[in-house]
Amino acid sequence: MPAAETQTGPQSPHVTGNAPPRLSHLRLLEAESIHILREVASEFERPVMLYSVGKDSSVMLRLAQKAFYPAPIPFPLLHVDTGFKFAEMLTFRDEMARSIGAELLVWRNEQAIAAGTNPIALDTKRCCGLLKTQALLDALRHYNFDAAFGGARRDEEKSRAKERIYSFRDSAGQWDPKNQRPELWNLYNARIHPGESIRVFPLSNWTEMDVWQYIHEEKIPVVDLYFAKERPMYVRGDELLPIEQSFVARLGEQPQMVKSRLRSLGCSPCTGAIRSDAETIPAIISELISFRSSERANRAIDHDQEGSMEIKKREGYF
Amino acid sequence: MSMLAAPTFSIDEFLQQEREKDLLRFSTAGSVDDGKSTLIGRLLYDTQSVYEDQVRSIEGKGTTAPGQIDFALLTDGLRAEREQGITIDVAYRYFSTARRKFIIADTPGHEQYTRNMATGASTADAAVVLIDASKGVLIQSRRHAYIASLLRVRHVLVAVNKMDLIGYDEAAFRAIEADFSAVLDQIAADTGNPVERIVVPVSALKGDNIVHKSNAMDWYKGPSLLELLETVPPSVDTRTAPFRFPVQRVLRPDHTFRGFAGQIASGTIRSGDAITVLPSGRSARVERIVTWDGDLTEAIAPLSVTLVLDRELDISRGDLVVSSETPATVSKSAKAALVWMDQRPLELHRRYLLKHTSQTVPVFVTSIGHRTDLGTLNHEPARTLHMNDIGSVTVNLLRPIALDAYEENRSTGAFILVDAETNGTVAAGMISAAYSETAAGAPLLADAWGPLTAGEKEARWGHRGAILELKGPKELVDAIERSLFAAGAVPVRIEAGDDAFVLHPSLLEIATALQVRAGLLALVVDANEASTLIARIEGREAIVNAADMRDADDTDDANDARRAGKAVAAVHQLLRDAGVFISSEMAGL
Ligand SMILES: Nc1nc2c(ncn2[C@@H]2O[C@H](COP(=O)(O)OP(=O)(O)O)[C@@H](O)[C@H]2O)c(=O)[nH]1
Ligand SMILES: [Mg+2]
Repeated sequence: MPAAETQTGPQSPHVTGNAPPRLSHLRLLEAESIHILREVASEFERPVMLYSVGKDSSVMLRLAQKAFYPAPIPFPLLHVDTGFKFAEMLTFRDEMARSIGAELLVWRNEQAIAAGTNPIALDTKRCCGLLKTQALLDALRHYNFDAAFGGARRDEEKSRAKERIYSFRDSAGQWDPKNQRPELWNLYNARIHPGESIRVFPLSNWTEMDVWQYIHEEKIPVVDLYFAKERPMYVRGDELLPIEQSFVARLGEQPQMVKSRLRSLGCSPCTGAIRSDAETIPAIISELISFRSSERANRAIDHDQEGSMEIKKREGYF
Repeated sequence: MSMLAAPTFSIDEFLQQEREKDLLRFSTAGSVDDGKSTLIGRLLYDTQSVYEDQVRSIEGKGTTAPGQIDFALLTDGLRAEREQGITIDVAYRYFSTARRKFIIADTPGHEQYTRNMATGASTADAAVVLIDASKGVLIQSRRHAYIASLLRVRHVLVAVNKMDLIGYDEAAFRAIEADFSAVLDQIAADTGNPVERIVVPVSALKGDNIVHKSNAMDWYKGPSLLELLETVPPSVDTRTAPFRFPVQRVLRPDHTFRGFAGQIASGTIRSGDAITVLPSGRSARVERIVTWDGDLTEAIAPLSVTLVLDRELDISRGDLVVSSETPATVSKSAKAALVWMDQRPLELHRRYLLKHTSQTVPVFVTSIGHRTDLGTLNHEPARTLHMNDIGSVTVNLLRPIALDAYEENRSTGAFILVDAETNGTVAAGMISAAYSETAAGAPLLADAWGPLTAGEKEARWGHRGAILELKGPKELVDAIERSLFAAGAVPVRIEAGDDAFVLHPSLLEIATALQVRAGLLALVVDANEASTLIARIEGREAIVNAADMRDADDTDDANDARRAGKAVAAVHQLLRDAGVFISSEMAGL
């Protein structure tokens, strides 16, 4: 964030009685994200926005609308569909793209889907490798995208805490976390050689709480799955698994109705729900204050091996 | 969605409290193993800012005694870091207290990773410098304190850590306090940035004086580190500084709207204010301040907005909009402090790309004033700068840019250097002085006319002499040159990025002035990889955005051809508008 050296504060001699009020931290985050979106759109040939339909994507999309207003968003949206997304997510995605007039591209690794790839037949690691990482890399190559926005935040996970805002990827889409470009001030180095690309994280400095507060203040629509409702779930100890895909059921297992919601949206076989009564955004925010587990605690794929997010990212995952 | 939540919780009250919190960005600094990561982990843990599953995932791991959580693992998020027990790159962490929100950059201590420390410090308002009480002040503590001061991090909180290892001894603490205060004074004298410092004795491992006041050090009467972090003056606020607005993008959704999008780097702007666009120096008034949420009558730094002016000005990405009363300096040459960050040392007279606000300009480093020895803070003569060296240099820019001194403006006074071959970011720069621009070329040739008149030459070539600037993809520039030649014009191509011109900017002016005098069309070319072609002649401008014209259903070749056609047509129109052609055949093209 740019900051010139003028001393202010309660005792500052510079601030006059009618100085405009200080910006709230959400306004600061918003301004920083818009700056990033505009930089990338202006410095790259073919940017794309990864739209995953979740709360972070919803915020990122709103920020893109704001960044280029009154002009339209100057890049397409790309959804990598694993075939295991919740049906509600797909309906929401199409409706959202239509209502704001954005160009939506959907990419699926049809070959792997046709071959019956799923996280139970394979392990979660290989399933993600094919349906997410491979699909993403294929899509980026197919369309020749040289910059891809993602809604990842540094506070989500400890390897993400290490990411630059412009995350450089070699021609195979891989991340080298031990050798990242220094990134000073808000001066981003956009130079890449042909075939290389960058991932960009405009929400780097947002926390989960910031995202929900912004959704509340800006009245941003989000998928209903975030709100508590009686939903059929397989109950396994503390875990709640949505019944969206029949193959996740164990022999003889019967779903039960549980008042629950999703805290983070992923593929249905690998995204656990939480018990919750939060039916509104204020209720979600109030619940968030009391949470003792991280938002990705219910994402099976983060725990399939030590440092699993870092490994996936090195291979080209977001 | 606006149903009421549980009666005990009022969302509006909560959000109001949240809005009243301010934001402090701070980074850690100090030598390897001084306990930086442990301290941040402890801070997060004792403020209940880590989730249980995150704590569970590090229990029983790391380098600490059995039963003692290794808090460094909360921020050392890379596998290599956990395996080696060191920090390699910055980790950003977030937490808040009832008073304030914090963004922490936990940085590495190894000399080898100094550039990552600089990354973390560049956006920080405060630095927590750690010193290992059992070791005292090390060279890396000095280096980091120096870089923090150079980067104008205003507040330095010195945490003398591992007090548990020296029996919480006050005398030892006071000795380190005195040592390091002397170092900070010396540094302030060198960088001209008097940092405000406070020294606290702590044990990150045991939790003494991090969040809670320690029982082990009765002799220390001051606040805990967290209390200090909650009370140092908040993030720098630049509302009353001179207005600076780097243009990131021109928004033209249709014929009726032309707005300039950017983030206010400093100051305040109101509709009706008089502004000047640099480096061109043209002025206008702000007609509208446009945002998605509606027009504003006033906007302050660091908001991102779109400005609409009351008249058509030639403005493009990289221009700086400033308040007409307090403009910035326009310059092609500046003195700057450089932190060198690349394995390959600085080479004088090698071409680098300088990125400053929203523009990139080729530069040469023409001389090194001195290198600073961080052990002694002596200034030494130097022929190059190696990785992690800090020195003072002079840079010459290919084009003039508008800038301020870094001490006046942390945004318009900062730049990075990029190696044009490897694309690596090789240096961070802070401008200390700028030499303002003087028009050297044209006056030199002012009275050198011979017997042939401009009219005679026009009759011969079919057009008058002029300078056409072309900035954009090489294929488009080539296509334009060829089309002009085919139309009978006499284009003379001059590569603006030629080393000779960059080193001696006035040569370019002389060269182009001679072409114009000869009645030729001087094409001053700056081929780059942008998607936009910008053509300029005598204050007129045509912009062709290749991305706008891409048709996803077409082949690449068809797209390229259409793009070239558009660009050629736009430039011919521009030349007609500027009245360059005299013969009607040519004008008809
Ligand atoms: N005795 C003691 N050891 C500490 C303290 N703080 C950190 N350490 C240890 O010092 C080592 C280096 O700590 P780390 O946080 O990784 O240092 P960094 O390189 O500055 O980030 C680790 O083994 C820590 O457990 C402290 O206050 N007291
Ligand atoms: Mg560390």
